Amino acid sequence: MSYILQGETCEWEVVIGLEVHCQVVSNAKLFSGASTDFGGEPNDHVDLLDAGLPGMLPVINEVCVEQAVRTGLGLKAQINNRSVFSRKNYFYADMPFGYQITQFDQPIVGEGTIVLELGEGHYREVGVERLHLETDAGKSMHDQHPTKSFIDLNRAGVALMEIVSKPDLRSPEEVGAYLRKLRSIVRYLGTCDGNMDEGSMRCDVNVSVRPVGSEELRTRCEMKNVNSVRFAMQAVEYEAQRHIEIYDEGGEIKQETRLFDSSNGTTRSMRSKEEAHDYRYFPDPDLPPLVFSDEFVEQIRATLPELPDERRERYVSDYGLSEYDAGILVAEKDNAVYFEEVAKGRDAKLAANWIISTLFGLLKKEGKSISESPISADRLGKLLDLISNDTISGRIAKDVFEMMIETGNDPETIVEEKGLKQITDTGAIEGAVDEIIAANPDKVAEVQGGKEQLIGWFVGQVMKATQGKANPGAVNGMLKKKLLG
Amino acid sequence: MSLDKADVRKIAYLARIKVPDEDLDHLAGELSQIIDWVEQLAEVNTDGVEPMASVSDVTLPMREDVITGGNRPAEVTANAPEENKGFFLVPKVVE
Amino acid sequence: MSNKLNQLTISEARDGLEKGDFTSVELTESCIGAMEKARGLNAYITETPELALERAKASDERRSGDGAASGMEGIPIAVKDLFCTEGVLTTAGSHILDGYKPVYESTVSNNLRQGGAVMLGKANLDEFAMGSANITSYYGNVINPWKATDGKDLVPGGSSGGSAAAVASHTCLAATGTDTGGSIRQPASFCGIVGMKPTYGRCSRWGIVAFASSLDQAGPMTKTVRDSAIMLNSMAGHDPKDSTSSPKATPNFEAALTGDIKGLRVGIPAEYKMDGTPEEIVKLWDQGTQWLKDAGAEIVDISLPHTKYALATYYIVAPAEASANLARYDGVRYGLRVDGESLDDMYMNTRGEGFGKEVQRRILMGAYVLSAGYYDAYYKKAQQVRTLISKDFNDAYEKVDVILTPTAPSAAFAIGEKMDDPIAMYLNDVFTVPTSMAGLPGISLPAGLSSSGLPLGLQLIGRAFDEETLYRAAGVLETAANFSAVPAFVEGA
Repeated sequence: MSYILQGETCEWEVVIGLEVHCQVVSNAKLFSGASTDFGGEPNDHVDLLDAGLPGMLPVINEVCVEQAVRTGLGLKAQINNRSVFSRKNYFYADMPFGYQITQFDQPIVGEGTIVLELGEGHYREVGVERLHLETDAGKSMHDQHPTKSFIDLNRAGVALMEIVSKPDLRSPEEVGAYLRKLRSIVRYLGTCDGNMDEGSMRCDVNVSVRPVGSEELRTRCEMKNVNSVRFAMQAVEYEAQRHIEIYDEGGEIKQETRLFDSSNGTTRSMRSKEEAHDYRYFPDPDLPPLVFSDEFVEQIRATLPELPDERRERYVSDYGLSEYDAGILVAEKDNAVYFEEVAKGRDAKLAANWIISTLFGLLKKEGKSISESPISADRLGKLLDLISNDTISGRIAKDVFEMMIETGNDPETIVEEKGLKQITDTGAIEGAVDEIIAANPDKVAEVQGGKEQLIGWFVGQVMKATQGKANPGAVNGMLKKKLLG
Repeated sequence: MSLDKADVRKIAYLARIKVPDEDLDHLAGELSQIIDWVEQLAEVNTDGVEPMASVSDVTLPMREDVITGGNRPAEVTANAPEENKGFFLVPKVVE
Repeated sequence: MSNKLNQLTISEARDGLEKGDFTSVELTESCIGAMEKARGLNAYITETPELALERAKASDERRSGDGAASGMEGIPIAVKDLFCTEGVLTTAGSHILDGYKPVYESTVSNNLRQGGAVMLGKANLDEFAMGSANITSYYGNVINPWKATDGKDLVPGGSSGGSAAAVASHTCLAATGTDTGGSIRQPASFCGIVGMKPTYGRCSRWGIVAFASSLDQAGPMTKTVRDSAIMLNSMAGHDPKDSTSSPKATPNFEAALTGDIKGLRVGIPAEYKMDGTPEEIVKLWDQGTQWLKDAGAEIVDISLPHTKYALATYYIVAPAEASANLARYDGVRYGLRVDGESLDDMYMNTRGEGFGKEVQRRILMGAYVLSAGYYDAYYKKAQQVRTLISKDFNDAYEKVDVILTPTAPSAAFAIGEKMDDPIAMYLNDVFTVPTSMAGLPGISLPAGLSSSGLPLGLQLIGRAFDEETLYRAAGVLETAANFSAVPAFVEGA
């Protein structure tokens, strides 16, 4: 699994840390009563506080606190019953106070872990350093006017959870697995919708390299606001190579923020001039320390849903699924819910196979999510029932599945209308078998002469003659009896 | 002097306050005087003393997650020096 | 009762209005007339006579005559121009808020408004409340209605200098102030009126232009202790919009004025006997101690060992908070904008022109003490010392119920003095800052005259949220002092 890069003088490993900003699911903003809805007219989801008007004061949204605690519990993390909000001072046009309200040295959530799934049966635990609450900035648009930027504060003040990993990640694959797993966890918890393309989950990627075997942490570069899993992986690949090339040439890496360019998968320095940042953090005097009781935490813990790791284990132990199949099914909560609905009272392995190989294939081809599936869990379940009670064969079921998509009808109707019911009537099968035997005396002789594998050919002919409706098992048995005695 | 011209130039930039070059020396002198004076605190023994978090003994009160504000874009931009189609306008930012 | 309505106290006016001797409109007209005559003092940045008459008329219509009206019903007041007032220019004494008309009303001014008070205008102040002489306002100096024997114009103190001058010159019955390190108490002392800084958290900070959030507190500036109690009742109360607002119930402060302080333990802190304090101030302090003793109080010598460090602590904490609080004045969303080539240029031009020298000095000071490498040495250290200052008071309140000190180390000084030396100016607040650092209530009341005939105040400091005891002691002290001197301006009027 190890990701080792060959340089000119030595082998290198990559050290990666991620800072993921997750937009908290809440109705109102972290410190104001304005809506968190995406979109809207410019400056419409803006309360007086969000515009930084004189004398306006922040009051924290309880649900945002609960969501942060809930996420912390989901990450098996230390919950800090006392935490402090600080001001991070810098100027930007879409940051109305001239500071961001964030948490600095006393975050609401401390160390936790995320288990990465790296292929069949391979797991790796990665450390979470901390999770803290902070406010989002507004939006600047630079393409509306030749000499002006346009500022919209609708996003300003929306609650974010910044989840900081330890520098434990060692490859682009692990970065991908980390982001997918984190997204899966927050979606299970309902604390963030995890939509990276809408920006409700964004990622800062910190990359450095070091010779294999070394324990040092070399100078890192940070790529900010990378907005897809694939881009984050590409950024790591590109940046690691860049570092190695510079070291190979005897150069030094300069600590800086770099921009990832998704059009060509490269990174570039963001600022032409060296700009000293000095955020002058200090505790926000408008906000006394955030303190809550153990009961507050326990009440939230009591409402925690089953998380992907536990659900996967349950699928293995209760349904007898393979770790791999279970892992695929639990990765997205909606998929798991769909699976459980199909599997309820049915053969779970059959359900898993159908969902993973047939349904997911279809969804992938059509670029749809499970919530947009043209086949509901109820109907897929009914289709599986038709297989289980021998009404149709597995092969016919595939055809019925296609027809369900085309017509939008339920499987019973399709089977009925198209007359696809499996022929279980032995008389009818026998007729077809006799006809085929009678029409192929030479092949009959071959079989009887010892070429028993030819029975499969006879089965195929009978199935063809019955338009696939005969039960293949019954046909096979009958042919063996008639040809071999 | 605790602060020199370069220090003042740096903090003036951090605070985004334009200070004419000819004022830097004078300001460095004034600020140094104040800094030298507040440095008397060094003589206080604060070993093991918690920094004050808040003079009030209240902890952070929480509000319910309900929408109580917004939907007043005209009021939000009412005092804007430059506004267009509901946006605030600033000199173009080149990234 | 004075024949000039504007010279009434709140309690006198309350009685007169209730009895129907005069209307709020008449009272307000009298104040408007006085306000016009007193324009030379520059106590107001914005006068709102039409709005005042409209509200006075509404008050008269509301008044039922059954004695159920709020204590502030129909009472004309000045509002320090640090309180945001709906639809009325709010400047904080700064160029940078040019033309700013809030669409909202601060909680405190709204409480007063709901209580029936009539706003006459917005009182001048030091820019962003940073100053002790009201000489940093973009809208010009305020002149103290009191005059030195040599006839020179004097400062009214600061930062609530406009409010103090407005009350002392009887252009209003009372005014709101805000106090961060002494900004209510010191000008009250300089102008011979009563200034109360309540416990931090007693009055909401919502809608007040912030200077130093952990210190700022609104309070009443009045002619008498009783008026102070009446007005604070209207201003105070829990506000869910301010996370630092106390949920404690507001007691009836006026009811605390029993006139009885028998057995009250009054602390006299040794550390306030500072070198260089004028003899007349020490004498007044002794006199005040004697008055309280004569009224039955027990005098206890106490020690507040970290007193001498309070001012240096303040000049780290307050500028640090201010440097962040004032970052929002950036020319983007409201107020002054001075254009520039780039966004940074626009910021720097706007803030370079929009802020005055003292404000700039404090922002820079604040940015410096928070900057990388200095935080622990300055800001963190100051907050630790602040813990010790607060502990000093807690220890003292094991032994005493209130503490008596002078309010300021001098009487009002001439405009132009102490201008070149920021630290000399900062020393004005030496007696008031420790209280602020600990978040405790403090009240200044006029207790005597200096050798040059200027008012001198004494300060009483109370336990947190024990304004009642403070008012009770202040009421007794006020009676004993029987301060009746009148400023030159009013005498001559």
